[in-house]
Amino acid sequence: MYSEKVMDHFSNPRNVGEIENADAVGQVGNAKCGDIMKMYLKIEGDTIVDVKFKTFGCGSAIATSSMATEMIKGKTIKEALNLTNRAVAEALDGLPPVKMHCSVLAEQAVKAAIYNYAKEKGLHFEELEGFNPDEEHDHHDHGHDEEDH
Amino acid sequence: MKKRVYLDYSATTPMKKEVLDEMLPFFNVQFGNPSSIHCFGRENKSAVDKARSTIAKTLNAGVDEIFFTGGGSEADNWGIKGVANALKDKGKHVITTKVEHHAVLHTCQYLEKDGFDVTYLDVDQYGMIKIDELKAAIRPDTILITIMFANNEIGTIQPIKEIGKIAKDYKITFHTDAVQAYGNVKIDVKDLGIDLMSLSAHKIYGPKGIGLLYIKKGTKIHPIIHGGAQERRRRAGTENVPAIVGFGKAAELAYENIDEHVNQLVTLRNRLINGLQEKIPYIHLNGHPTKRLPGNCNISIEFIEGEALLLMLDMVGIAGSSGSACTSGSLDPSHVLMAIGLTHEVAHGSLRLTIGDYTTEEDVDYVIEQLPPIVERLRQMSPLYEKVKGGR
Repeated sequence: MYSEKVMDHFSNPRNVGEIENADAVGQVGNAKCGDIMKMYLKIEGDTIVDVKFKTFGCGSAIATSSMATEMIKGKTIKEALNLTNRAVAEALDGLPPVKMHCSVLAEQAVKAAIYNYAKEKGLHFEELEGFNPDEEHDHHDHGHDEEDH
Repeated sequence: MKKRVYLDYSATTPMKKEVLDEMLPFFNVQFGNPSSIHCFGRENKSAVDKARSTIAKTLNAGVDEIFFTGGGSEADNWGIKGVANALKDKGKHVITTKVEHHAVLHTCQYLEKDGFDVTYLDVDQYGMIKIDELKAAIRPDTILITIMFANNEIGTIQPIKEIGKIAKDYKITFHTDAVQAYGNVKIDVKDLGIDLMSLSAHKIYGPKGIGLLYIKKGTKIHPIIHGGAQERRRRAGTENVPAIVGFGKAAELAYENIDEHVNQLVTLRNRLINGLQEKIPYIHLNGHPTKRLPGNCNISIEFIEGEALLLMLDMVGIAGSSGSACTSGSLDPSHVLMAIGLTHEVAHGSLRLTIGDYTTEEDVDYVIEQLPPIVERLRQMSPLYEKVKGGR
């Protein structure tokens, strides 16, 4: 079901944890859908020098969080904002179709953290135009497996 | 070889060697069509009859009340649609529960599209229906009550005898999906007042793809599979002889030593439940504490998600299942866990471990040893855990 890369990032997730005195914190998803991602960024100048995450969710939610943190660490804020869910999924050698929403969540978590940072510092990023961190994510397109009979 | 512990007996069971041995000749040596007049056919007709009679005895049913189907889901479809079609001129109201298997729930939803009214009874925190609510739901046009014997997810056993009595008092046909109960509970269809009952072989160490519908003599029901005259003209299609023979053998073995089987499962299940509750904080047992299937352990583990848990368990060779959305195949977590009043986040963290005849004490202890560190690891990753861990 999952690629080796997904299983690797799930079983050995990178950058798990919290950053004390983080410059930016963003949380997306909700318990109802079964995925919550929280991202912590340490920002110096316009560079993301450190990033950590905490995730409540399935295997692919944990793997996409891990991969997204790797992909933005050491990058500029602008580069991080250009991270797409597709790029995260590709870096993991793909996700099953029903799990693509997890990669969307990872992209949103990065954006939500930077959105909060921008708001606090009075900064403006054109990449965040139209972004709403509280938006309900239309991300469920599960299949219809049945069992037990 | 890496240690492997199978604790998903409610999903399916391995076939017993005796069952397989009994079936094998019927694939190639004794291959005749039971409907044929020649000896090849005749000997298979008697093999089918023998299995039917063995199974009937385990239920205190008549041999002419057992009708083989292609599995439990077909039996559910037949029981419900067959009665609905036969009695639709009398009434179009059906009563069921919110915790049924999808084979019953989706069939009822299909009937609703066809102009039937369906009442879905609530259950209490243990997954038990309330008899008063059942009585209150009965209307003059109620033609069918379909309530499962035992729940596949949380193991709760419904008060079948009381339901049977009410159905009889009101002259309403009573169907029960006993797929999970068969082989784990003694079932006397006459004593319990059951009119229709669905069973499946692969839950009792028999083959997949074979089930049956018990139809009490005199019950009005239409066929749903039309064709040849098999199964006394009620279910067409050449009999799956090897599977029927296997079903018969599995039923015989299941009821030969049922008390011993139940005792063994209950002992192991309690060891598992107690062991986990002792070692892991913030977990809850789902389902009824005592009126539950002997092999069923269903727990909610707070602050973590079920699929991640299953993947980690799989890595150490432990096979279980979960009611989380990510494994249920829908937007929401299991309808059963929602019906017993769990919040979404707690329902997502459910783990079902079901014990069977090949489970050992060593297996159970292995799970009690392996699960706590996995739970702790996932909790350390969970933003939901941050809030509580400070106080611990």
